[in-house]
Amino acid sequence: MSDQKTNSIAFVADGTIPPSPPPAGETGPVKWLRENLFSNAVNSALTIAALLVIYVILSKTLPWLLNGVWTTNSLAECREVLQGKTGACFSVLTERWNQLLYGFKYPGDQYWRPNLALVLLLVAIAPVLFFDLPRKLLAFTAIYPFLAFWLIWGGTILAPIVALLGFAAGAFVFQTYGKSSFAIGFFGAIVAAFAVWLIGGALIPDGASDNAMLQAVPSRDLGGFMLNLMLGVTCVSLSLPLGIALALGRQSDMPLIKWICVVFIEFVRGVPLITLLFVASVMLAYFFPPESTVDLFLRVVIMITMFSAAYIAEVIRGGLAALPKGQYEAADSLGLDYPQAMRLIILPQALKISIPGIVNVAVGLFKDTTLVSVISMFDLVGMIRGPILASTEWNGVYWELLGFAALLFFVVCYGISQYSQWLERRLATDHR
Amino acid sequence: MSTLTDPPNESFRLSMLINDTRYRSLTFQVIAAVILALCIWYLGNNLIQNLRAAGLNISYNFLSDSSGYDINQRLVEYDSQSSHAKAALVGLLNTLLVAFLACITATVFGVVAGVLRLSNNWLVSKLMAFYVEIFRNIPVLIWIIIIFTIMTAVLPGPRAFRGDNATSSMLFDAFAFTNRGIYTPMPWFEHGLFASASMNWLLVIAGFVGSWFAARRINIWANQKQEATGIRPKTTALILAAWLVPFLVLMLVMGLSWEYPELKGFNFKGGIKIGGPLIALWFALSIYTGAFIAENVRAGIQAVSKGQTEAASALGLRPGKVMNLVVLPQALRVIIPPLISNFLNITKNSSLAIAVGYADITATLGGITLNQTGRAIECVLLLMLFYLTASLTISMVMNVYNASVKLKER
Repeated sequence: MSDQKTNSIAFVADGTIPPSPPPAGETGPVKWLRENLFSNAVNSALTIAALLVIYVILSKTLPWLLNGVWTTNSLAECREVLQGKTGACFSVLTERWNQLLYGFKYPGDQYWRPNLALVLLLVAIAPVLFFDLPRKLLAFTAIYPFLAFWLIWGGTILAPIVALLGFAAGAFVFQTYGKSSFAIGFFGAIVAAFAVWLIGGALIPDGASDNAMLQAVPSRDLGGFMLNLMLGVTCVSLSLPLGIALALGRQSDMPLIKWICVVFIEFVRGVPLITLLFVASVMLAYFFPPESTVDLFLRVVIMITMFSAAYIAEVIRGGLAALPKGQYEAADSLGLDYPQAMRLIILPQALKISIPGIVNVAVGLFKDTTLVSVISMFDLVGMIRGPILASTEWNGVYWELLGFAALLFFVVCYGISQYSQWLERRLATDHR
Repeated sequence: MSTLTDPPNESFRLSMLINDTRYRSLTFQVIAAVILALCIWYLGNNLIQNLRAAGLNISYNFLSDSSGYDINQRLVEYDSQSSHAKAALVGLLNTLLVAFLACITATVFGVVAGVLRLSNNWLVSKLMAFYVEIFRNIPVLIWIIIIFTIMTAVLPGPRAFRGDNATSSMLFDAFAFTNRGIYTPMPWFEHGLFASASMNWLLVIAGFVGSWFAARRINIWANQKQEATGIRPKTTALILAAWLVPFLVLMLVMGLSWEYPELKGFNFKGGIKIGGPLIALWFALSIYTGAFIAENVRAGIQAVSKGQTEAASALGLRPGKVMNLVVLPQALRVIIPPLISNFLNITKNSSLAIAVGYADITATLGGITLNQTGRAIECVLLLMLFYLTASLTISMVMNVYNASVKLKER
C-alpha cells in the first residue's frame, strides 16, 4: 500500500537508500594493515622493527643470490667474473655436485644405482605413508630393503636373496605355528630364520662378488647426502620395532625384563649421540669376535639405531600411558591374550597418539646423521668440511656450501613435519 | 543337582611352563636372563681375547700421566705438564660453562620468540614462525659451523684495529670483536679483603646469597603483617635495599675497577677473552634450542583455556595480574617438562664442541687424550659416565622444581 503513495509525495524517499561504502579506513587492505600491523603504538614499533630486520637480511642476501656465478671452475675465476661485486659463487655446487650427493669415492658410472634406489624408496614408502594406496604395494615394501642393499652395495645378488629367504622362512613358521601359540611361533620363526641364514651363508661361494652383475662398492666409498639419507632411513625403520619392543618391555610385569629395558633406555638417553659414535668408531670393534671385520657403516647403524630406539620407546610409552585403563580391561574381558590385545587393541591406538612424537624423533635423527662427519665419515657436512673446502680451487667458499646443505636438510625435514601434521588431521577420529 | 569336587590334582607338565600363567612369566624371565648372560659372556669373552691379541689391558693409570697438550679456553690452572685427569677436568668445566650459558640464553630467546609468535602483529608472528621453522629443521652441527664461520671469516683480525687509519675500532673503547674471540673489560679489586681473586669473588657471591635470604625474610614479614592487619606494608624499597646495599658496600670497600683490553703487538692483552669457538657454540646452541623452547612456550600459553583469563578479568584483576597470577602459573606446568629435556639436549649437544675446536670434555678426554694414549675403552667409558651423571643430575633437580609447581590434586 505504502509504495503506491510514495510516488506522489516529494519528501518521502521512493526506495531504500543504497548502502554507502564503509569508511576508507575500515575496508580492504587498509583495514587489514590497521588491525594487524598498526593497531597501537607498540604494535607499530614492532612492525617497523620487523620491516627493518627483513630489509637488512634481504639487502645482504638478495644481491649475493642474484649475482651468483654458476659456471666457473674455481673460486679465483669466480672473483674474476664478479670483479669485486657482491655475488655468490654457486659454481662450486655445479662442479662438485656429484661429490656433494654421492661422496668422492662412489664409482662415477654407477650413480644410476643410488638414484634408482631413491626412486624405488619413494615407491616402497608410499603405501606406508599414504594408506589409501592399494595394500598390495606393501609386498614391494617388504622386498625393497634387500633390493636397495643390492643396488647400492652391488656384489653378489645371492647375499640379499639369502637374507630375504631367512625372513620369508621366519614369516612362514610364524604363520603356521603362531596361531596356536604366539610364543612358539615367534621363537620358531627366529630359529628358522637363523637356520636359513647359516645354511645360505655357507652355500654362497667365496668369490661370488668378484664377477657380479653389479660392481661391488665397499661401505667406506659411500658418502655425501646419500649417506645421510641411507643412515636416516635405515636407522628410523630399524628403530621403530625395537622402540615398540622396548616400550612394551618397560611396561611389563616381569621385573627382570622391565629393568633391562629401563636401564637400556635411561643409559642411551643420558649420553650424547657423539659418544655413541665414538663407541662405534673406536670401541665396538673390541666386542666383535677376533678376526671379524664389521665395517664402520654397520657399526654406526647399530649405535644410531640403539640411540633412536630409546627415544622412540619413550614416545611410545607416553602413548601407552595415555590410553585409558578401560582399553586394557576391555581387551582382557574379550579373552584376548597379551599378543592379541597388544596387536589388535592397544598398539593401534597408542601408536596413533605417538605419531607426532615419532616424527619428531625421526626428524631429529635425520638431522643427527650429520654427526658422523665427526668420526671421519664423509657425509654431506663431512664432504664440505673435508675434501671440498680443503681443495685449492674452493678454499673459502663457505656460504654457498653451508647454505646448500642447510637447504637440503630444511626441505626434507620440513616435508616430514608437514606430512606428520597431515597425518594427524587424517587420523583424528575424535569428534570436536 | 551338582556335586562340588576338588579341582583335579594335576601333576606338573612341561607345557605348563608356557601355557600356564602361573609359570609363564617365570619362564620368560629365565629365558631373558640366560640370553642376557650369554650376550655378556660372549661380548666379554671377545673383549678379553681382542685385548690380549692387541697386548692391552684396562687400566686408568694413564690419567695421572702428563698430558702434553695445551688448552686455550680454561677455567682452572692448566698447562701441558698437567695430567690427563686435569685436562679432563678442564674439559668438564668447559662443558658445564657452555651448557650453563646456553641454557640461560636459549630460555630468553625461546620465551621472547614464543610470546612474539602469539602476537597480534601479523608480520612479527610470521617472522617468528620463520625463525622457528628455519632453526628447527636444519641440523645444529650446520648451525655451529655457520656461526663459527661468521666468527672467523667475517669479523676482522686484531691487526685491523692497529694504526692511525684502522679499519675497525673498539666498541666504547672497551669491547673488541675479532676473529680470535671477543674481548671485554675484566672487573678486579684494587684492595680485596683476601689475597686471591677467587676468594674475593666468592665473598661477592656470599653477599648475594645473604641478600636473597634478607629479601625472603622481608617477604615473610610482609605476609605475616598482611595476615594480621590486612594491610600489606610497602616492601619494594626494602627489597631493593637488601639486594643493592651489601653489593655496593662490598664493591666500594674492595675498590672495584676495570681492566680494559688493549692492543699490544699482534693481539689484544688484558680483559676477558671469550674465544671464538665458545661464542660460536654458545650462540648456535642457544638460538637452535631457543626455536624448540619457543614452540613449547607457545604451546604452554595456548594450553591455558580462555575461560581462565576471562574468569580472572571478571574477578577484577588487572591484565598484569591476570598474566602473573593466573595464566603463567598454569602455562609453566605445561612448559617446564619439555624445557627440562631441552636443557638436557643443550648439555648433550655441547659435545659438538669438537667440530669447532672448543675444548669441552668430549674434545679433551674423548679426543686428544684418547688419540694420544690409545685408551679407547677407558676414555669413552669415563665420558659416558660424566654425561650420564650430568643428565641424571639435571633431570633430578628440574624434576624437584617440576614437582613444586605441579597441580596439587586432592
